Amino acid sequence: MMERVVSFFSSLGRPTLTFFVHLHRFVLLVLETFRWTIIAPFKGKKVRWRATVEQAVRFGWDSILIVTVIAFFIGLILAMQAADQLKPFGAEIYVANLVAVSLTRTLGPMITAIIIAGRGGSSIAAELGTMKVAEELDALRTMGLNPNWFLVVPRFVAMVMMLPALAMLANFVGIGGAYIFSVAALEINGVRFINQVAMALVMKDMIVGLVKTVVFAMIIVFVGCYQGLIVEGGAEGVGKSTTNSVVISIFLIIAAEVFFTALFYSTL
Amino acid sequence: MLEVSTHPVGNAVVVKITGDVDLYSSPEVRKTIIGLTKNKEKNILIDLSQVAYMDSSGVATLVEGLQQVGRYKGTLKLFGLDAAVREVFELSRLDKVFEIYTTEAEALETIAK
Amino acid sequence: MAKEPIIKIRDLNTYYGDRHILKGVNLDIYEGEIMTILGRSGCGKSTLLRHMVGLVRPASGSIFIKGQDITRMSEEEMTPILKKMGMLFQGAALFNSMTVGENVALPLKEHTQLEDSTISIMTRIKLDLVGLSGFESFKPAQLSGGMKKRAGLARAIAMDPDILFCDEPSAGLDPVVAMGIDQLIIKLEKAFRMTIVVVTHELPSVFTISDRIAMLHEGQIIAVGTQDELKNSSDPIVKQFLNREADDSELDRDKYLDSLVRN
Repeated sequence: MMERVVSFFSSLGRPTLTFFVHLHRFVLLVLETFRWTIIAPFKGKKVRWRATVEQAVRFGWDSILIVTVIAFFIGLILAMQAADQLKPFGAEIYVANLVAVSLTRTLGPMITAIIIAGRGGSSIAAELGTMKVAEELDALRTMGLNPNWFLVVPRFVAMVMMLPALAMLANFVGIGGAYIFSVAALEINGVRFINQVAMALVMKDMIVGLVKTVVFAMIIVFVGCYQGLIVEGGAEGVGKSTTNSVVISIFLIIAAEVFFTALFYSTL
Repeated sequence: MLEVSTHPVGNAVVVKITGDVDLYSSPEVRKTIIGLTKNKEKNILIDLSQVAYMDSSGVATLVEGLQQVGRYKGTLKLFGLDAAVREVFELSRLDKVFEIYTTEAEALETIAK
Repeated sequence: MAKEPIIKIRDLNTYYGDRHILKGVNLDIYEGEIMTILGRSGCGKSTLLRHMVGLVRPASGSIFIKGQDITRMSEEEMTPILKKMGMLFQGAALFNSMTVGENVALPLKEHTQLEDSTISIMTRIKLDLVGLSGFESFKPAQLSGGMKKRAGLARAIAMDPDILFCDEPSAGLDPVVAMGIDQLIIKLEKAFRMTIVVVTHELPSVFTISDRIAMLHEGQIIAVGTQDELKNSSDPIVKQFLNREADDSELDRDKYLDSLVRN
C-alpha cells in the first residue's frame, strides 16, 4: 500500500522535476551565452565573425524567398478579408490601415518567426544534435573550445540580427500584396493607398515590432540550441529534439506575442 | 625565452635561433626569416645549434622560408641540428627537403662554390 | 627510479545514477609510455578516459596531470592543460561541416597566433604523418572508417601535445587497417616522446602497442604491469580475459534465474 502511495507521488513528481531540471539548464545556457557574447571579446577571445556571417546567410538570406512569398500571401488574404467586411460601408480605403497595422504590430513579426522556427530553429537542433551524437561537442571540449562559445554564440548573434530584418521585409511585402489587391481589385488609387498606410503606421508599432522580433529570435535560437545539446540516443533522439524545438519555439513565440500585445496594446 | 639574431658571414646571412621553438615562439622566427626573404636575401643559413626543442610549427615556419627563397632562386640551409630536432624533420620526411649540415663551416662551403 | 607520474589517478569514484561505475581507481602513468587500459565493454574504461580529459567530473577522488588536480579546475584553468593534450575519439568525431584540413587546423587557428600560411603547412605535415596527404579538402563523409581515424589522429596531434588519449582506436576497423593505426600510435610515441593512453578491448592491439597494461574490471583496476607481467598473472579474471575464455565461470544460478523472472 505504502509503496503504491509513494509511487503515485513520485509519478506526479517526476515530470515536474524534469521540467525544472530542464528549465534550470535552459536558463544556464541563456546566461552562459550572454556571458560569452559580451565578455569573451574583452578576454582576448577572437570573435568568430566568419562563422557568424555564415549563420546569418543561412538564417537570413536563405529564407528571403519563403518569407517573401508567405508575407505576400498573408497581405493578400488580409486585404481580401478586410475588403469583404468594409465594402458594405464603402470604406475600402481602410483596407490599407487594417493590413498595415495588423502586419506591423503582430502578423509580420510572428509569421516570420514561425517560418524561421520551422526552418532555422529545427536545423539548429538537428545540427547540434547530430554533433552531440557524433561526439563532436566533446571533441570541441577536449580541444579547450567551449561549445557554447563556438557554436551557440554565432547562431545567437546571427539570428538576433537577421530575424528583425526578415520581419521588416515581411511587413513591406505584405503591405505590397495588399496594395496590389487594392489597386487591381478595389480600384483604389495607389498614391492614396500609400498615404493611408503612412498615416496608419506609428513609430510605436515599428519599435514594438522590432523588440518583439529580437525576443522571438532568442526563443528560436535558445530552444533550438538547447534541444540540440540535450540529444541522447542517436538518430532517433535527433529527430525527436528537432520536432520538439519547432513545437516549443512556436508555442513560446505565440505566448510571447500574447504577452507583448497585452503589455503594449491592451486597453484594460 | 626565444632569441633570434642575424649576422652576415661572407655572402650569406646566418639566423641564429636560441631557445625552444614552439607554437608560441615560432612567429618570432617567422618574422625574421620572412623579413630576409622579402629583401630577397640570396643565402640564408639557419643555426639551430642552440635549439633543444622544435615543434611542427617551427618546422612549418622553416618550410615557409624555403618556399619563399625558392621564388627568387635563393637558398635556405640548416645546420647544427640537435638529435631530437633532427628526428622531428625525419619523421615528417623533411630531412629530404632541406639541405642539412652539421656545422656552419660546412654549410658555408656549399655556398662559396 | 622514483619518477613522478605524468598522470596520477587517486581513489576515483563515479556514479551514473545509482550505478557505481568507477570504484576507487588508482593508476599512475609515466611520461613517454604507452599505457593501455584494458577491459570488457561496460567496465568503465571509456568513462575513466573521459575523466582524464575533463569531460566528466568524478564524485570523489583526484586526477593529477603534471601535478595539477584537474578534477577541481574551472574551465579557464583547464584550457592550458587541454592545449597540451590530444584525444582521438572512438568514432573520430571529426567536424562533418568542415574539411579534413579545417578539422586539423581548427585548434591551431583558435589557440595560437600563427599565420594561416604556417598553419596550412603544419596541417599538411600532420596529414602526411598519418598517411593522408592530399586529403585536406575532403569532407569527413568522403573518408573510410580507417581514414577518419587517421584524420582524427592528425587533429589530436595538431598542437603537438605531450599526452595523447585514444578511445578504442582500432574498434570497428578491419585487422589490416587496425594494424596500421597501431603502428601509427607507436610511431608517434617514438617520434614525439608522447605519453599515450589507449582504451581498448582488442587484444592484438594491446600486445602490439602497450608498454604497460592496466586491467579494469567492474570499476576497479585489478592488475597493472608490463605485457609479460600480465601474461604471467595468476589472477583468474586477467587470465580469462587474456586467454579469451568464454564467460561462464561466474554464472550464479540463483541470480541468473532471478534476473529472468523478476518483474
